[in-house]
Amino acid sequence: MSSLTIRNVRKVFGAVEVLKDIALQIDAGEFLILVGPSGCGKSTLLNILAGLDTATSGEILIGDKVVNNLSPKDRDIAMVFQSYALYPNMTVRQNISFGLEMRRVPKQEQGEIVDRVAKILQMGHLLERKPAQLSGGQRQRVAMGRAIARDPQLFLFDEPLSNLDAKLRVEMRTEIKLLHDRLKATIVYVTHDQIEAMTLGSKIAVMQGGEIRQFGSPQQIYDRPADLFVAGFIGSPSMNFIKAQAVEDSGGVGLQLQTADENFVLPLREAGEALRSWVGKTLILGVRPEQISDAGTVQRTARNAYARKFRIELVEPTGPDTLLFVRINAETVCCRVRPEQACAAGESMELALDLSKAVFFDPGTGKRIG
Amino acid sequence: MAEVQRTETAGTRVIGRVMLYTLLILFALYYLMPLFVMLTTSLKTLDDIRGGNLISLPEQISFDAWIKAWSSACTGVNCGGLSGNFWNSVSFVFPAVAISTLVGALNGYVLTMWRFRGSDALFTLLLIGCFIPFQVVLLPMAQTLGWLGIANSTSGLIFVHVVYGLAFTTLFFRNFYVAIPEEMVKAARIDGAGFLRIFWRIILPLSPPILVVCVIWQFTQIWNDFLFGVVFSSGERQPITVALNNLVNTSTGVKEYNVDMAAAIIAGLPTLFVYVVAGKYFVRGLTAGSVKG
Repeated sequence: MSSLTIRNVRKVFGAVEVLKDIALQIDAGEFLILVGPSGCGKSTLLNILAGLDTATSGEILIGDKVVNNLSPKDRDIAMVFQSYALYPNMTVRQNISFGLEMRRVPKQEQGEIVDRVAKILQMGHLLERKPAQLSGGQRQRVAMGRAIARDPQLFLFDEPLSNLDAKLRVEMRTEIKLLHDRLKATIVYVTHDQIEAMTLGSKIAVMQGGEIRQFGSPQQIYDRPADLFVAGFIGSPSMNFIKAQAVEDSGGVGLQLQTADENFVLPLREAGEALRSWVGKTLILGVRPEQISDAGTVQRTARNAYARKFRIELVEPTGPDTLLFVRINAETVCCRVRPEQACAAGESMELALDLSKAVFFDPGTGKRIG
Repeated sequence: MAEVQRTETAGTRVIGRVMLYTLLILFALYYLMPLFVMLTTSLKTLDDIRGGNLISLPEQISFDAWIKAWSSACTGVNCGGLSGNFWNSVSFVFPAVAISTLVGALNGYVLTMWRFRGSDALFTLLLIGCFIPFQVVLLPMAQTLGWLGIANSTSGLIFVHVVYGLAFTTLFFRNFYVAIPEEMVKAARIDGAGFLRIFWRIILPLSPPILVVCVIWQFTQIWNDFLFGVVFSSGERQPITVALNNLVNTSTGVKEYNVDMAAAIIAGLPTLFVYVVAGKYFVRGLTAGSVKG
């Protein structure tokens, strides 16, 4: 297993800059997620790491070896593709051993490795089948087996779960996580699914428009998003953004809010300490749906809670939680409550904001304040 | 369709079927007629031909005309029958088909899996090659063969057919390979396989349907070719199509219709054979990829 370092990698196609100065580093055994909307450059970056594409400038290091000029086969990597890319004319066994054969691993050793991999992935009974005789999940497993067999320095996953149905996707997600724990492998994993990113990654790089918007641990990214894009992209339902004016409020800072029924000042207390210079200006308050819940629960758990009655506009039960929608400063704001606490649309109920986890953004730059 | 049939009565359906089959049988007879006439005529003696009419059956079956066409019919001063020319054809058709098919497969592989700047433009240019009539390339080709020093030789004829066939074979393979996911080649590259190894171990084993199409197409084209054969070969090296023409068009002596017919059938047999053996793959390969599954 090796660490991975990406130094100032740029990629230009004609006049389009697909990757702008990408730099990041992960340690051996870390699970890096590249996540972002389609067209953000994450797959291009992965192809550059694999050696299937070349960077216009910058350096890629696997371990402490610069691999820019190495061909894919000399980089000691393995890759799992979205379409699985199994060789249809070969059996599962041949699919797994093809890479070993190309590397002139002795026949007997090949057999041992295939058997070991088949055992890890519990697919011993599939070894003599052709890919066409396998289900989607089994094909996915063979594709992973092909990667594991080679015991590479670095694993690359290119949206490996997006061709599976929802149930299987969750199962395979767990399986990949278990596999990572077991193999202690260094993995780079591309996805557009923020839940996959949160559940699998030990580090996440959120990408947009060819740039890394934020790089950090899943919890850092969830709790302290660097900007509006990251805040909106990670988390489902996404974070509520409420444009509000900061005002002086009994020695501290408050936000001027307006609901369907009233105008009031939301006292930020210690959450507003960094916002003194913003008094009189408009900023964006970011609160996640679970940070606005029924007053009783929030006040019991949060250090800094503020409760008030809101009129509920819409109710969406999801099963474990019920989503309530209220209107604050002309924005529709999503709140998450336990089903038994939810009231009907049109009624009013007391909700509380957990301000200890609230974040604030500069509406001009979109960056987080403080 | 289904709804229309449901509203029909059993009677009209039977009448429809009868009409359909009658029409099909008539068409089949119409197209089989020339073959029938050729076959019966080739088995008649000359007296029989003079005495009977075109579609009458032979009074007694005689293979003399076949034997003569094969081994002793005269074209000009040469009285060795068509056998020599038959083997001439075989000797250049097989290499020409094999080479043009293999190179076409390689071209298709490069144009889909190893795209480079201008590869699409190159493919378009190759496509234009499919529409260039034979006659246009005769003179430049003669010049080229002269420069290469292979004019009037079997290898020259092979060269001509390979070059002319490449446009078609490349088109076949390129359109077949375009449906194969590029990721498979990427996976093989990461697995450590090189350009030729990927072609040989992964791409070619997926190609039998299109290989059959390509071989049938090329075999028919090259075997049946007359123009290149008559222009770029001479004397004893001439292919069977040219020899057949010379035999049939000989204006001296008695017109031996039975020998002409036997010779024509001999010239057509190999392509017929290929169609019978591989015909079902031909249709399958032509429609492969157009329907899912």
